[in-house]
Amino acid sequence: MISLEVKNVSKSYGGVVANSNVSLEVPEGSITGLIGPNGSGKTTLFNSIVGFHPIDSGSIAFEGQEISRFRVQQIARLGLLRTFQQTRIYDKMNCVENLLISVPHRNEGLRNMFGSYSSGLIDKAEHLLEFVGLYQKRHLISGDLSFGQQKLLEFAMALMNEPKVLLLDEPTAGINPTLINGLIDRLKRANSEFGITLFVIEHNMRVIMNLAKSIYCLAHGELLVHGTPDEIQNDQRVIDAYLGAH
Amino acid sequence: MRSDQTPWWVYVLLLVGGIIAPLVFPAYTTQIAFLWLMILFALTWDLVGGQMGYNSLGNIFFFGAGMYISAVVQIGMFTDVGTYTSARGGEQLVLGYWDYFSSMFVGSIAAALGCVIFAIILGWVMFGLRGPYFAIGTLGIALSARELAGTWEWIGGGSGIAMPVYPGYPDEKSLVFYALIFVLAILTFICVRWLYSTRFALAINAIRDDEVKAEAMGIHTWRHKTFAWAVSAFFLGISGALFGNLTGFVEPLEVAFPTITFGIFMVVMSLLGGKGTLWGPVIGATVFHIVKEVTWTYLLGWQWVALGLLIIINVVFFQQGIMGWMQQKWPERFGVRVDKRMSKEAREGST
Repeated sequence: MISLEVKNVSKSYGGVVANSNVSLEVPEGSITGLIGPNGSGKTTLFNSIVGFHPIDSGSIAFEGQEISRFRVQQIARLGLLRTFQQTRIYDKMNCVENLLISVPHRNEGLRNMFGSYSSGLIDKAEHLLEFVGLYQKRHLISGDLSFGQQKLLEFAMALMNEPKVLLLDEPTAGINPTLINGLIDRLKRANSEFGITLFVIEHNMRVIMNLAKSIYCLAHGELLVHGTPDEIQNDQRVIDAYLGAH
Repeated sequence: MRSDQTPWWVYVLLLVGGIIAPLVFPAYTTQIAFLWLMILFALTWDLVGGQMGYNSLGNIFFFGAGMYISAVVQIGMFTDVGTYTSARGGEQLVLGYWDYFSSMFVGSIAAALGCVIFAIILGWVMFGLRGPYFAIGTLGIALSARELAGTWEWIGGGSGIAMPVYPGYPDEKSLVFYALIFVLAILTFICVRWLYSTRFALAINAIRDDEVKAEAMGIHTWRHKTFAWAVSAFFLGISGALFGNLTGFVEPLEVAFPTITFGIFMVVMSLLGGKGTLWGPVIGATVFHIVKEVTWTYLLGWQWVALGLLIIINVVFFQQGIMGWMQQKWPERFGVRVDKRMSKEAREGST
C-alpha cells in the first residue's frame, strides 16, 4: 500500500522554480531515500508535503487522503511528521520534558490540555531517550546539548509522537562518524520495530545506500531518477548532477 | 510535570504574613494591598510573556477594560449610565452595604467574563503576530483603548466615572479591599501554580522555545495561546474592577489604562524576578514594589531615576532575573543534573 503519494507537484518562489512536476511514492513500511545536489529542491518538497507552504499545483495524498490544503498541525496530527535540517528542539526545557510534550496530539480534547503525565508516559520518554543514548543527560536543559545530541533528541521526539510516516531531513548531518553507524541501526529499528515508514533526505551516500531500498534523485527541482541503490550509484545522470554537468 | 518544590512553610509564612500585615502596619494597608496587586500583575503577565514567550505590552488593557465594565454594570444596576456620566463625575451613587457589595460582585464577574471575551477576540487577531510585532501590536491595543475610552461620552469620556461611595468608614474600606485583593492574588497564584503542573505548561513552554516546531509536532498552538491570554485577562479584569472601586473614580489616562506605569511595571517585575518561573514574578514584584515605595518616600524627585537604574542593572547584569540567576548558579537544586547510570535498567538493578 502506498503511504504517501506525491503527484506532479510544482512550487516556485517568485521566479525561482524549486520543484517542478515532481511525482513520487513512499510505500507503507518502507525506507525511501531522497537525494540530490544542494539546492535541488529536496527540503522544499518536504515543506510542501507537511503543509509549510501551499503548493502551486499537483496533489499530495497521505493514506489516500488529499492533504495539500491542510495546515501543518492537521497534517502532523494525521501521523505524518517531519524533522528539521536545522535541528529544532525546545531548548529551554530538559530532555524528558521535550519528549513528554511530543506525545501524539491526535484525539486531544480540551480536557487533555490540563492533564498531568502518567508514570507510564514518563517511562516511555526515558526508554526512548535510552534508545537514542541520551538517558544520562535526560535532566539537562536540551539547549546545552551538543548539536549531534540535539539531533538525536529530535529523533526521539519524533518517535514519541508515534507517527505513521516520518520525514527525516538529513538525520546524520553534524553527527560524528562513529555515531552514524549507531544512528543507521536505530533508524532501521524504528522502521522494523516501531513500524514507522521513513522518507529520508540524506547527503551521506554511504548512509542512504545502506538504509533505503528505493531512492529518488532530484536535480534542479525535477525528478531525475528513481531506482534501487545500485541503479542510482551507477546512473550516469546522477553522477553528472552531483558533479555539476547539468 | 515540573512539580513545585517549594517547602510548605513558605506558603504558611506568606498566608500568615498576608493576613497579619494590615493589622501590624495599619498605616500601610493600601500600600500592601498594592503589593498584592503588583504580584497579580506580574503573575498574569508572566503566564503569557514569560512562560509562553509572547511579550505583551498591552496587558494593562484588560485591567482597564475590567474596570470600565464593572463601573458600567455597577452603575447600570441602579441608574441610567448615560445620564449619570453626563454629570461629568459630579454625581455619586450612595448605596447601602448589600447593594454596594452585590453590585460590585456582579460587576467583577462581568469584568472577568468580558475580559475573557476580549482576550479571545483580540487573540484571534494578535496571535498572528510574533516576537516584537506582538509586543508593539498589544501596546497599540492599550493605547487605542485609552483614547477610545477618553472620547466615549456614554462612559464619561475624559472626565471619567465616579464609582459608588463605600458605605462605611475609610479605614474599614481599605481593610475590606485589602482582603479582596489579597484573596484574588492568592487565587491567581493557585491557578497558575496548578496550570504549571499540567501538560498545558509544557505546551506553552514549547510555544515559547520554538513555535514552528510546536506546530510541526501537531500541538494545538492557537488553543493554548488563547487560553493562556484568557486566564491572564480573567484575573486582570477582576483586579481592574476591584481597583476601580478602591480608587472610587475611573478615568482613562491615569486610572484605567496607565500604560507607562502599571503597564510597564508588569513587564519589569517579571523580568526582575525571573520570567518563566513560578516564584520569579512574586519575588520581582515584591522587590520592585519595595524599591518603588522607598524611593517615592525618601528620594522624591529621583524615584524614576532609581527605578530606571534598577531596570538597567536588571537588563545588563541579571538578564535571567533573580530566579534565573539562582538557577544558573545552583542548577542541581533545580533538578538539572547528569545521571551516572547509562540506562533505566541500571537504576533498577544494583546501583
